[in-house]
Amino acid sequence: MYGFELSFIWAGIIALSVLIYVILDGFDLGVGLLFPLTKDEGERNVMMNSVAPIWDGNETWLVLGGGGLFAVFPLAYAVVMPALYMPIILMLLGLVFRGVAFEYRWRTKRWKPMWDAAFFGGSLTASLCQGIALGALVQGIEVEGRAYGGGWWDWLTPFSILTGVAVTVGYAMLGATWLNMKLEGRIQSHMRRLAWPLAVATIAFMAVVSLWTPFQNDAYFGRWFAWPTAIFSVLVPALVALAVFGLFVGLSRQWDVTPFLSALALFVLGFIGIGISFYPYIVPSSLTIVEAAAPDESLAFTLVGTLVLLPMILGYTAYAYWVFRGKIDPDEGYH
Amino acid sequence: MLDGFTAEVLARVQFAFTVSFHIIFPAFSIGLASFLAVLNGLWLWTRNETYHILFNYWKKIFAVAFGMGVVSGIVMSYQFGTNWSVFSDKAGPVVGPLMAYEVLSAFFLEAGFLGIMLFGRRRVGDGLHMFATGMVAFGTLMSATWILSVNSWMHTPAGFGINEVGQFVPEDWWQIVFNPSFPYRLTHMVLAAYLTTALVVGAVGARHLLRHRDDAPARKMFSMAMWMLVVVTPLQIAAGDAHGLNTLEHQPAKVMAMEGHYDSHKHGAPLILFGIPNAEEKRIDYAVEIPKLSSLILKHDLNAPLAGLDTIPDEDEPPVMIVFFSFRVMIALGFAMLGLGLWALLARLRGRLYEANWLHRAAMVMGPMGFVAVLAGWITTEVGRQPFTVYGLLRTSDSLAPIAAPAVAASLIAFIVVYFFVFGAGTFYILRMMSFKAEAHVQDDLRDAPTRAAGTTPAAEQHLGKGEGRES
Ligand code: HDD
Ligand code: HEM
Ligand code: HEM
Repeated sequence: MYGFELSFIWAGIIALSVLIYVILDGFDLGVGLLFPLTKDEGERNVMMNSVAPIWDGNETWLVLGGGGLFAVFPLAYAVVMPALYMPIILMLLGLVFRGVAFEYRWRTKRWKPMWDAAFFGGSLTASLCQGIALGALVQGIEVEGRAYGGGWWDWLTPFSILTGVAVTVGYAMLGATWLNMKLEGRIQSHMRRLAWPLAVATIAFMAVVSLWTPFQNDAYFGRWFAWPTAIFSVLVPALVALAVFGLFVGLSRQWDVTPFLSALALFVLGFIGIGISFYPYIVPSSLTIVEAAAPDESLAFTLVGTLVLLPMILGYTAYAYWVFRGKIDPDEGYH
Repeated sequence: MLDGFTAEVLARVQFAFTVSFHIIFPAFSIGLASFLAVLNGLWLWTRNETYHILFNYWKKIFAVAFGMGVVSGIVMSYQFGTNWSVFSDKAGPVVGPLMAYEVLSAFFLEAGFLGIMLFGRRRVGDGLHMFATGMVAFGTLMSATWILSVNSWMHTPAGFGINEVGQFVPEDWWQIVFNPSFPYRLTHMVLAAYLTTALVVGAVGARHLLRHRDDAPARKMFSMAMWMLVVVTPLQIAAGDAHGLNTLEHQPAKVMAMEGHYDSHKHGAPLILFGIPNAEEKRIDYAVEIPKLSSLILKHDLNAPLAGLDTIPDEDEPPVMIVFFSFRVMIALGFAMLGLGLWALLARLRGRLYEANWLHRAAMVMGPMGFVAVLAGWITTEVGRQPFTVYGLLRTSDSLAPIAAPAVAASLIAFIVVYFFVFGAGTFYILRMMSFKAEAHVQDDLRDAPTRAAGTTPAAEQHLGKGEGRES
């Protein structure tokens, strides 16, 4: 009856939560990636402190992405998880290491280097796996009946490796611009300097991935050059150019906030680009949004609460960010 | 080393392993979150410094335990898809929305306010900090509510239909959420979490009392824990009894396995206290039994007939051995907890609560027993549900993801290695934190003083804390 709209609304909500996850956990995974670049204890402490009060909230969007998929597109969840078995399990293990490092590293002296390494290694594994999972999805997933029909190494291709590296570099860029915003002094200029090459590399990777993607699947080709989506083919690159401009101007003028926001904008645009390629599929070339959707009763029941709770969540999340706003005081962070 | 196992067995072992690790942390953090809220409230109300000291002491331990709970939980939410994808496809429309609600109404709440609770007292002031602490506690209870509703639905499915592709489809959400075993399971689990926490807090208090009789924070925590124990254990035993009667109604085969009743009894069934199930001969060897007591407990009538496993087709029987023993472990521990609570009450009435060395030693021994009872209880429940994932409707062997055995074996080994390493380290840090006395840190206040910038961390607290800078 109202199935059509419901499943599309839900596709939008899931996409939104994945996007929020990517940009939020993106910068805090990025902080983990940049961790080994300084050996100074004090600098490491403030780096970690800049995300300590918020990382858990950031990661919860990942749970919503997974849990939401389970709730409203159970078939897609049932197909994608086995298809991406290895990268998902590795990502989870990476998140285990990095998550506990936030507390453990303050609880020991002798093993501190171990948990610092876990923070970096976990962040790296998780970032790479997320990028690889994205690439594997874009490539398309084989479905037989109502289940995954491929092998357990299908996800590993040159293209998925490329997206893995691309996402990792992009996260590092987000992390560098975040730290530029939150820190002061030597470490801030260090991060600002690092942001340049990372931004250049991110943009280069985005370009390569964008050019390669249409060759993964004919449908993507059509989508980008057919009316009305072709508008986006013009619009998205134009906005990307604007974001790049903001990023570099912000960095060279040594502004705090603009580079971070521009970096986020780059990610949002990249995400929209991927969304256009996917539509109307949820598992490219195998399952459409409508096919994978749970029965209307499930969609409606979940939607009612989501419409009430999601704004509240956004509200108190914003509040938590506001409470911990401003620069980190290096004297406060370590002793 | 895992050759020769089917993907199904490996996936079951993997799920059982990861969820068993996970439940250890919720069992502690649900109780501790509420305890912290109470401590903070008491401090604001009475301004008695002891509460403040205790709050800061347990807060640090909570942070570590909670972190472990979060990362092990995230693994769980993806395991339904990776290991049980057919189950996910079929049951997703019913249980998925409940889990989505758990994320929306519980996990975000916990995560959103956790930062403020841990790091933000001076930034937001006492009032909002209290609110945040309360929200974290409330979030853990909401989380338990939803996930236990999911789990209970799998035990006692209700309010659904089955569509043309074999999916369970929701028909009545009220019946789904409040399915027949849910109220019992929720009550029993939340009480279990409170008991587990009380035992840990009591053990830590006891440990410090054995060394420093007059230590005010140690006295306070020991006393609070012992009150908790003596009040909650009887409730828990009553809740468990009611839960068992409910199970008898909906999953009789499970109760037969718990009781060790291979044979039906027409005129009153005996309560088997102990024995060794013999699966081949289908009887209990070396049984020590009390005649007719089982009928009295389960039917409130000495002579009531009770059916046994001989009435259940073999392919629908749960494994008796595991269920039989794990159930007895839980019950024995429940009564041991009651014993400890009564002993403490007696000592308190005699005015010797803080001097009774043997009581303190016993409390230390009982410290980890809540976790053991929780695990034993879950094993009873879950193994007793076999061979089904959705009771009576979907078999475990039909729930499995199409993953090759080597992939499952590799990930299982990875989980085992990583979990023992990571959570082993975490447990070690928690135990070490517990070995330090709870004291006021002058510097604590210094650190908490209003500053112009963000990002207070446990760092400062840790390194200022007396004794905590010690080498590992
Ligand atoms: C009775 C309570 C209970 C039970 C049976 C479970 N959990 Fe749990 N879970 C919690 C009680 C809890 C909690 C109290 O809310 C936790 C524990 C510690 C914590 O950090 O939050 C949590 C954390 C937690 C998280 C991380 C939340 C976050 O990001 O903050 C996830 C994704 C799950 N759990 C998922 C699961 C799944 C899929 C389970 C079933 C197989 C499960 N939990 C069983
Ligand atoms: C948190 C405490 C829990 C523990 C300690 C626990 C333990 C176990 C164990 C030991 C098994 C294996 C039974 C067997 O294969 O013989 C099992 C199976 C299972 N449990 Fe639980 N469980 C818990 C909670 C849950 C919850 C909350 C859910 C669902 C929301 C759940 C879903 C399942 C499923 C789907 C299986 C089937 C897989 C299998 O048979 O191994 N469990 N659990
Ligand atoms: C001594 C009195 C107790 C009785 C009679 C009792 C009874 C039961 C029963 C019958 C079940 C199985 C429910 C099912 O059918 O699935 C159960 C499960 C369980 N028990 Fe107990 N129990 C007792 C004490 C305890 C204690 C002291 C703890 C922990 C501190 C505990 C923790 C659990 C847990 C975590 C479960 C699994 C979750 C559930 O199904 O509720 N129990 N208990």
